[in-house]
Amino acid sequence: MSGPSMARILLVVALLATAPMFTASNAVLNFLTVTLMIALVAQGWNVLGGYGGQYSFGHAAFFGTGAYVTAILQVRYGANAWAAFVVGIAGAALVGAVIGALAFRSGLKGSYFALVTLAFAELLRILASVTTITGAGVGTLVALDLRPQAFQFQSRAPFYWIVLALFAVSLIVVRMIEQSRFGAWLVAVRENEDAAKALGINPSQVKLGAMTISAAIAGAGGGFYVQYFLFIDSGIAYGPWISIEALLAPIVGGIGTVFGPLLGALVVKALGEMTMLLGGDAPGLDLVIYGCVLILIVAFAPNGVAGLLLKARQRLTLLNPLRPERPHG
Amino acid sequence: MAAHHILLPAVLNGLLTGAVYALVALGLTLIYGVLHIVNFAHGALLTAALFAAFFAHRLLGLDPYLAIFVLTPLFFLLGYGLQRFVIGPAAHGEDRNILLVTLGLAVIIENALLFAFRADTRTVNLPYGFEVLDLGVAFLAVPRVIGFCVVLIVALALWLILNLTDTGKAMRAVAKEKLGAELSGIDVGHIYAVTFGLGTACLAIAACLLIPTYYVNPHVGNAFVLVAFTIVVLGGMGSVAGSLIGGLFVGVIESVSGLYLGESLGQMGIFLIFIVVLLFRPSGLFGERA
Repeated sequence: MSGPSMARILLVVALLATAPMFTASNAVLNFLTVTLMIALVAQGWNVLGGYGGQYSFGHAAFFGTGAYVTAILQVRYGANAWAAFVVGIAGAALVGAVIGALAFRSGLKGSYFALVTLAFAELLRILASVTTITGAGVGTLVALDLRPQAFQFQSRAPFYWIVLALFAVSLIVVRMIEQSRFGAWLVAVRENEDAAKALGINPSQVKLGAMTISAAIAGAGGGFYVQYFLFIDSGIAYGPWISIEALLAPIVGGIGTVFGPLLGALVVKALGEMTMLLGGDAPGLDLVIYGCVLILIVAFAPNGVAGLLLKARQRLTLLNPLRPERPHG
Repeated sequence: MAAHHILLPAVLNGLLTGAVYALVALGLTLIYGVLHIVNFAHGALLTAALFAAFFAHRLLGLDPYLAIFVLTPLFFLLGYGLQRFVIGPAAHGEDRNILLVTLGLAVIIENALLFAFRADTRTVNLPYGFEVLDLGVAFLAVPRVIGFCVVLIVALALWLILNLTDTGKAMRAVAKEKLGAELSGIDVGHIYAVTFGLGTACLAIAACLLIPTYYVNPHVGNAFVLVAFTIVVLGGMGSVAGSLIGGLFVGVIESVSGLYLGESLGQMGIFLIFIVVLLFRPSGLFGERA
């Protein structure tokens, strides 16, 4: 498999890291921070959906668990924010492993896997909206404590660098999966589960591994959300919005590619901002656009923006008479 | 334990609610049975139908029960068009794509309604809206009793369509063996669209039956659709009788567990049944085909 080289990943991350030096605008930094947070959750979805071919409609289950665990450990048990964040990631991974074990053991795939993930997310949402430990309908507020050791900062730039660092880790993890034997198994299961089984691969185990990693990455996004906004409730944590953004970004950007979720999150969030400019604060309009983009991409650009870029580059190479045509790989 | 004089009305009311659930599930199961796709836009289309029934009454003064005869053909055409011109062409025949396209449609419809009508909850006022039937053991709302009867008629009509008409036979042929049906001259694209249209038409009827006693807001369909998924999974995907019985059963379960556990926990009961059935009765799910 020919993904981007590690050097290219580091270059992209280094370029992104310079952003706060070019702008002092809070609005721009906020946009980039939220976009990277979505890209992070989307990268989680990409591991399972892109490389493993298992489309989850309920990644909110992992995002929300990461968020709630991070918040609750601090608010109710006085834990350190960083420690709570790490436990939140572990909690999300655990939820992913449990749902994955149940779903894959029962042989659920395709529509049924999508349905059962959706149902688990909804179940958690209702549960979180009635139990006291999550703050029920009111939600949970993390106390303001603007010190780095409390995972809170005076300005936005440190938040941006932290989410960038988390996203960079996810890029490297996905890059390593791509290169690894596990990644090859995962793609084999996606392409043809029976054939993979015939080669001695255990599909359930491979998918379970992918789901656990996927959930952990999405959980990191949730934990970051809590530290950035200092508030979480059942609708934000387990609501359908994050499940949709998690799958939209990789599909728009280029499913099953290292940079797909980042490209997609940038496109989707930029579209969202533009609709806000055009339509004001009207609720729903941005999601209408997202839905249209989703259908258009599925219909006309199955490899997403990355696929379109690649095609455009190939066409340019073909048109340029001075460059020798390279054989297609 | 509550005494039976609370339990019996709860069961009867559960049956009435369950009938409408069954109708929503009927549309879902029909589409699944023939097209083998899970239509994630089903809930959003139900919301759209509820808005249509609401505005037919508010703006045109159309009684919801008369609106059935207007909205059913309209929603049939809507469903036909969606499958023929959007879902079919966009999905390129791949299951994963169909999932995403119907999810995209759901997001578009739900949020377009949110954008147009905001999150307000609306209800209609009908002179007979609060009339009740005194059975001696229980009071039943008249509109819900009418709904129950209409659902039985619709289920019978669907069964007749499937079994006695040429289109119905073609639908069953496509459901069983798509390629063979195509080879014997059946226009599969048309049959797919007809099926999707019928499934959507069921929602228009369900909406007209619901609106006299229910409310409408842009997210109202979601509650129904997960219930409908549960029923379809319980009753066996693609089975008309299964979704009817499953619908009544789930209606009763919800009503009785709501009685003992409170409403939001009662709702959780449905999700739990759903997940448990999905996980542990996959044979019931996939029907004969898998």
